Amino acid sequence: MSECTCQKDYQLDTLIPQIGIITDIRQETPDVKTFRVNARSGGKLFEHQPGQCAMVCAPGVSEGMFSITSSPTNQEYQEFSIKKCGILTDYLHSLEPGSEIMVRGPYGNNFPVETELKDKNLLFIAGGIGLAPLRSVINYVLDKRENYGTVDILYGSRSADDLVQLKEIQEVWMNTEGVNVHLTIDREQEGWDGNVGFVPAYLKELGFTTDKTVLVCGPPIMIKFVLAALEELGFSKEQVYTTLELRMKCGVGKCGRCNIGSKYVCKDGPVFRCDEVDEFPDEY
Amino acid sequence: MQELVNHAKELLTSGSVARVLGWKTGDLPYNPEPAYFDSAEALEEFVYNGFCGANLSKYMIEASKLEGKTLIFLKPCDTYSFNQLLKEHRIDRDKAWIVGVGCHGKLDAEQIRCQGIKGIEAVTEAGAQLQIQTFYGDRTIDYSSALLERCHVCKGKEHQIYDELIGESEETNDEERFSQVAGIEQLNPEEKFAFFQKELSKCIRCNACRNVCPACSCRKCVFDSNKFDSAQKANVDSFEEKMFHIIRAFHVAGRCTDCGECSRVCPQGIPLHLFNRKFIKDIDELYGEFKAGEDAEAKGPLTDFTFDDAEPGIVAERG
Amino acid sequence: MYKTAKQNLPALFRMIAESQELYLPVRSAGQTNFACWSEEAEVDLESLNSVKSPKNVFFPQSENLYTVKRDGKKMKIEPEALRNQEFVIFGMRPCDVRGVEVLDKVFLADPPDTYYAARREHGTMVSLACREPEETCFCSAFGIDCTEPDADVAVWMIGEALYWKSRTDKGDALTGTVGSLLTEAEEQDVEETKEQVRGIIAKLPYSDLSLEGWNGEALTEKFDSEKWEELYKPCLACGTCTFVCPTCQCYDIKDYDTGSGVQRYRCWDSCMYSDFTMMAHGNNRTTQMQRFRQRFMHKLVYFPANNGGMYSCVGCGRCVGKCPSSLNIVKVVKAFQSEGGDK
Repeated sequence: MSECTCQKDYQLDTLIPQIGIITDIRQETPDVKTFRVNARSGGKLFEHQPGQCAMVCAPGVSEGMFSITSSPTNQEYQEFSIKKCGILTDYLHSLEPGSEIMVRGPYGNNFPVETELKDKNLLFIAGGIGLAPLRSVINYVLDKRENYGTVDILYGSRSADDLVQLKEIQEVWMNTEGVNVHLTIDREQEGWDGNVGFVPAYLKELGFTTDKTVLVCGPPIMIKFVLAALEELGFSKEQVYTTLELRMKCGVGKCGRCNIGSKYVCKDGPVFRCDEVDEFPDEY
Repeated sequence: MQELVNHAKELLTSGSVARVLGWKTGDLPYNPEPAYFDSAEALEEFVYNGFCGANLSKYMIEASKLEGKTLIFLKPCDTYSFNQLLKEHRIDRDKAWIVGVGCHGKLDAEQIRCQGIKGIEAVTEAGAQLQIQTFYGDRTIDYSSALLERCHVCKGKEHQIYDELIGESEETNDEERFSQVAGIEQLNPEEKFAFFQKELSKCIRCNACRNVCPACSCRKCVFDSNKFDSAQKANVDSFEEKMFHIIRAFHVAGRCTDCGECSRVCPQGIPLHLFNRKFIKDIDELYGEFKAGEDAEAKGPLTDFTFDDAEPGIVAERG
Repeated sequence: MYKTAKQNLPALFRMIAESQELYLPVRSAGQTNFACWSEEAEVDLESLNSVKSPKNVFFPQSENLYTVKRDGKKMKIEPEALRNQEFVIFGMRPCDVRGVEVLDKVFLADPPDTYYAARREHGTMVSLACREPEETCFCSAFGIDCTEPDADVAVWMIGEALYWKSRTDKGDALTGTVGSLLTEAEEQDVEETKEQVRGIIAKLPYSDLSLEGWNGEALTEKFDSEKWEELYKPCLACGTCTFVCPTCQCYDIKDYDTGSGVQRYRCWDSCMYSDFTMMAHGNNRTTQMQRFRQRFMHKLVYFPANNGGMYSCVGCGRCVGKCPSSLNIVKVVKAFQSEGGDK
């Protein structure tokens, strides 16, 4: 039996993970932590594209598919922002930096940052933990700023305490030229003097022009209303990208769990353009 | 059978019942399926013949949640399950209009195949005989040779609960109820183990036995729990393949009415009824004769305490 | 084309089993299933089909993927060794062989499943043509000719002889192993029987099953149809159909703590089970109707859409015989026949 610590042994099945180390854990909100993962020998476990996911495995507990929230342009490490809401995530939240964890990936498709999105004006709309996958695209875009047009980020959450990556948003994104950040929270809160209102309503208020390509990610109900609002504003479905989430086990389109219509979300997704999503049967 | 259809149509069209729960003609001579009928037209596909072995009482759990009454056809053995479900408050008596149907014993296509009959085209019930047309020639066999196992040990053709009765029954009991169990009790421990090991090794954990059993109506079965190290869909280790059935038999002990559905549905023909019948035999010996489902009120021996109950020491005595 | 006498079969099996594992239909406790050959095994080549399909040989009901051992804070992964020994599976019916081809489309697609691929590489399939098809068969609807097996070796049992024809390199190798028991035969010798059997197939009740209207066309129309509400009602959600089916391929990955390491294993799963698509925050298929619909849409629409028209069904008839509520794929196809196609 060989000890597997890197992906160079190509004969190993894709279902077999690598072992990584959690080198840092940041508490973002009361129920979201961001985990920084490195290979045992330092550096990243594998390369990925913005929007792709990986299976994080805790032996004896289970495995879960999470989007990689750091951009591939980050040469040093990879990050996952994980919300505590089940057996696996509870376990992950109990870990300390220095703990070992198993990861396999990258899985899924990515946002077309080098093709359809290039040279476009971009509008990112996120809700709650939905910022996690979009963050990898945002940071990618900011690292290759000259390849993209204007960047608008509309991000909302239940309350100011539930805004993920707030520090990075305030210190980096808000201070980058050509980037407009619009934050909102659902209800009034002491100490918050920003916008108050749901993301779809704020979106309509801000009234963006339709010369943008839109990337949306968040709870299914938010996506539904955002898409309706975008349509009202005059955006066509071909201009909007989103991510779908279904239960996944294998991550490679074989076990059948994430099968919807003739697609497998783990393999043909999770990134889909909204006109593609229209063709799916109505069960997601 | 036409009487059943006409009566059902009457009740449906008059609005006394909102739907009928019965059996629908299958696409082969021997596979009618349990079905709901909600119009007189739909009832054209109703069938009641020797292959209607399926016990409809468990479907009443869902039907109790629907608007209006459901006309349900119950064979004598099905009524025991119905009573048991009533006792456990799983179904609503007011939502059901029970028509007890006559029964001559129900047939098992597997028993027919076991007699070397292949390629069945048509089956005609002719009194004590079955005329079977196949692609490889016609055969006539005794009706009783193709009966479901449970019909040979029929508890009797009296319906335990009904609103009305239609149709005549015929006794089919020709075996002593506990004779198979007694036979196995005679074996020594190694032989018993070998017998059950052989039978249970066929199990594919399809869970058909559990899902069809009227006594298994837990909303979340313990075997479906993530917290329990069983895969409920694979014999990951030999523990599961042996213990699943024994554990399930314990869970339904005292509530099992010996309806025989578990053995009927098992794709591998495992004689599951043996476990349940063994428990019934033991309960009869330890607590006095008890037939689960005979009525909807009597307390079961395992859920009731009396000073005459067998002492725990009896386990050591029996060895 | 070769042949050997039926009474030579035990010797043939012994010969094969000397150098590799041999799986064939074995009758045990009243049922026939594929199992490993041994001298005492009661080989059953008369039954039309095994209860559990032979997909188990290539895609076992449960198998270990790897084991994780802990040493303090450190982890160690021990992958399970891949199959590297040859084996033969004898007596697969042509429908089951097609079932393996369906599984190939899933497991060998990029990225290939190495466990499955290793077994496929080292397995030689010997397919037995059908002599007495039964009323539950409908392989012809999928273009399968049960008299002309398409595997490494095709065999026919006719009277007191077994006819043997190799079709691939692997088949040639196996033919070499048992050569001493084989004598020359003419292709003509099996023709008459083939014609006879084809005649029976034409008379079977499901012989005119039409798949028109399926295959990726009218996906939304079929999906939104109200027929599903009626069709699913008797379904017990037991999963028997998925477990006996030669093409069902959904699986689950779970952990088993042995006390001295955690085994991560893969086991069969069923899309009919309520927790199949259960997520931490909800389930996108909460009713049995949705799950029932998913199974058949996958088999008849989604799979063909992704695999050039190949259906995820081979007409073996096991679901017809084994469903406790007498539901099966034929009833589903027929229910839509009035909508989508003519007989």
